[in-house]
Amino acid sequence: MLKIEDLQVKLGEKEILKHIDLEINPGETHILFGPNGSGKTSLLMTIMGYPQYEVVSGKIMFKGEDITHMPIDERAKLGIGMSYQRPPTINGLKTRQMVELCAGGEINEAALARQVNFEEFLDRDVNAGFSGGEIKRSELLQLMAQKPDLMLFDEPESGVDMENITLVGNIIAELLEKHLHPSRGRSKMQAKADRTKMGLIITHTGFILDYVSADKGQVLYNGKLSCVSNPREILNCVGDTGYEECVRCISMNNLS
Amino acid sequence: MHINEQFELKAKEAIHKKGAIGPDVDLSTFDPTPSPHFEMVDDDLRNLPREEQERLLMAGLDVTEKERGGTFLQMNDHAVHCHSSQEGIEVLSIQKALAEQPWVRDYYWKLADVGADKYTAAAQLGLHDGYVIRSLPGSKSVYPVQACLYMHKDGMQQNVHNIIVAEEDSELHIISGCATAPHLKRGLHVGISEFFVKKNAKLTFTMIHNWAEEVMVRPRSVARVEEGGLFINNYISMKPVRSVQMYPTTHLVGEDAVARFYSIVVGSPGSEYDLGGRIFLKAKGTRAEIVARAISNGGKMIARGHLIGEVPEIKAHLECKGLLLNGGLIHAIPELEGHVDGVEMSHEAAVGKIAQEEISYLMSRGLNEEEATSTIVRGFLSVDIPGLPPQLQAEIDRVIEESDKDVM
Ligand SMILES: Nc1ncnc2c1ncn2[C@@H]1O[C@H](COP(=O)(O)OP(=O)(O)OP(=O)(O)O)[C@@H](O)[C@H]1O
Ligand SMILES: [Mg+2]
Repeated sequence: MLKIEDLQVKLGEKEILKHIDLEINPGETHILFGPNGSGKTSLLMTIMGYPQYEVVSGKIMFKGEDITHMPIDERAKLGIGMSYQRPPTINGLKTRQMVELCAGGEINEAALARQVNFEEFLDRDVNAGFSGGEIKRSELLQLMAQKPDLMLFDEPESGVDMENITLVGNIIAELLEKHLHPSRGRSKMQAKADRTKMGLIITHTGFILDYVSADKGQVLYNGKLSCVSNPREILNCVGDTGYEECVRCISMNNLS
Repeated sequence: MHINEQFELKAKEAIHKKGAIGPDVDLSTFDPTPSPHFEMVDDDLRNLPREEQERLLMAGLDVTEKERGGTFLQMNDHAVHCHSSQEGIEVLSIQKALAEQPWVRDYYWKLADVGADKYTAAAQLGLHDGYVIRSLPGSKSVYPVQACLYMHKDGMQQNVHNIIVAEEDSELHIISGCATAPHLKRGLHVGISEFFVKKNAKLTFTMIHNWAEEVMVRPRSVARVEEGGLFINNYISMKPVRSVQMYPTTHLVGEDAVARFYSIVVGSPGSEYDLGGRIFLKAKGTRAEIVARAISNGGKMIARGHLIGEVPEIKAHLECKGLLLNGGLIHAIPELEGHVDGVEMSHEAAVGKIAQEEISYLMSRGLNEEEATSTIVRGFLSVDIPGLPPQLQAEIDRVIEESDKDVM
């Protein structure tokens, strides 16, 4: 379980996240919405442990451990992984080698890459000249090898073409063990017991919702998590009235 | 011999002439006296102490001669082992060649200037040995010839002259290593190399340096590439050394001739490197590329590169990337000279430290900080060298892999 309590984060001099509370239980997937620059990526980077995101107050708990000040690699070892919006290029490191590093040992890179239609990129340097959509598939491939328990997806479907979006959506669903989703005959409780993978997905379009069922949607607005609701509902509301109106309206509803 | 007298004369005039660039070396503090002559047969090589075999291997010389097309080994001042195992490839000691093979005179001091400085002078006046490697017309070598210039006697000066000839339509691969015995601390290596790549020939020359902390190194080399010829020149030096200064020059004189220089150098504290390459593009359709990777973890490094386009329709590119790991200095000096319209020349140079963002990215995949750093460094050092046979690429990768531990 991921539990964030009253988290306040500074980036340089800028207060970037204000009083964030967030709880993701085993097996749950949350969707994060919010306008450009609202701090979504910052929240994910803070959870991952990037030191430039300075935690001013509050804490982050994961699997019962206080990870607020834990280095990135220890968080990774504990089971947190991230699919980046804009990952850096590593010159001279082949994607094939990167996948092996993620797996922490030998692995059939080709077989894994085939699943994300990425075989022909294995011998290219990590992210070197990758297109927007290729980066997404490369990031997914790395997570497939890494197999974290909590996966942070930063806009995994933006820039992905119509053909590949189904593939990306299905892979994310698989990573999050959505195949263990309760069928009609099974009780929700039973399935939840099977599924432990947790997800936090940033999306602007909500396309991902066609493939991945989510438990909650949240809107990050001006560094604050402003509402919790059904993700479809948020999407519709934002589409109809825009973020500002939506945040006000849903908070009002939540209050009533 | 008339011509040799002229060389002697020019050398004597240059005996006190300092090098054009780089720190000066006081030759009087090194001992050039030859040691007693001996030879080593195959078994002698294989019976060398393990420690020495490892030093040789790090410089690319494998005493088992597996996947090698010939071997030349010079100990201190003279060749102790010399043979070719490929048809069409000749491997000789230069002393023997000068004495017995008149054709060698057509190449001796033909490109390099004996009067350039006191190092070229020393190589004429006090020549110890060196190799002559030649691929006959049309011969294609499969395996590289391995050559090593080994210094065993502490405080010595080693004067070497090498001649490499790839005759028309031939293909020749050479790994040329330099190394010192484990106990050797101080020494001076002077090495003249002259390369002749004839019409449509292909020569790859991979030089691996493995020196010791107080060794000074002054190579002087010049190459000439004829029509359709290809010259790939790789240089790797990752071990500590006091000072290396070299500025090899290549003349692309025939149409469509190509030269590519790749260097991978690590500068440890106390090491001083002044390296570079200069390529003259003198004929239509010639191409040149200089790629340098320099890491300083405390050493001082100057990375030069100079491309001179003298005629139209040439293409040349220079790339120098420097990484500062732990202080030190990297000074990149790229120079481009276009003398006429229609030259296409470019360069890129970058010096910096490892991006924290890259380290963090790898850490988020489960690597600790040290592993992340060494992964990035290894990536930085890995350059794809087009046209290099796979065994040679593997050899370079092995050397980098081995030395990688020392870099951190
Ligand atoms: N290195 C930086 N220096 C200064 N400001 C920064 C830096 N990095 C991020 N910011 C600012 O922090 C704010 C939050 O950025 P963040 O990337 O978290 O937004 P986001 O919600 O992910 O936006 P988007 O939807 O565009 O991806 C933005 O205003 C951004 O400009
Ligand atoms: Mg973002």
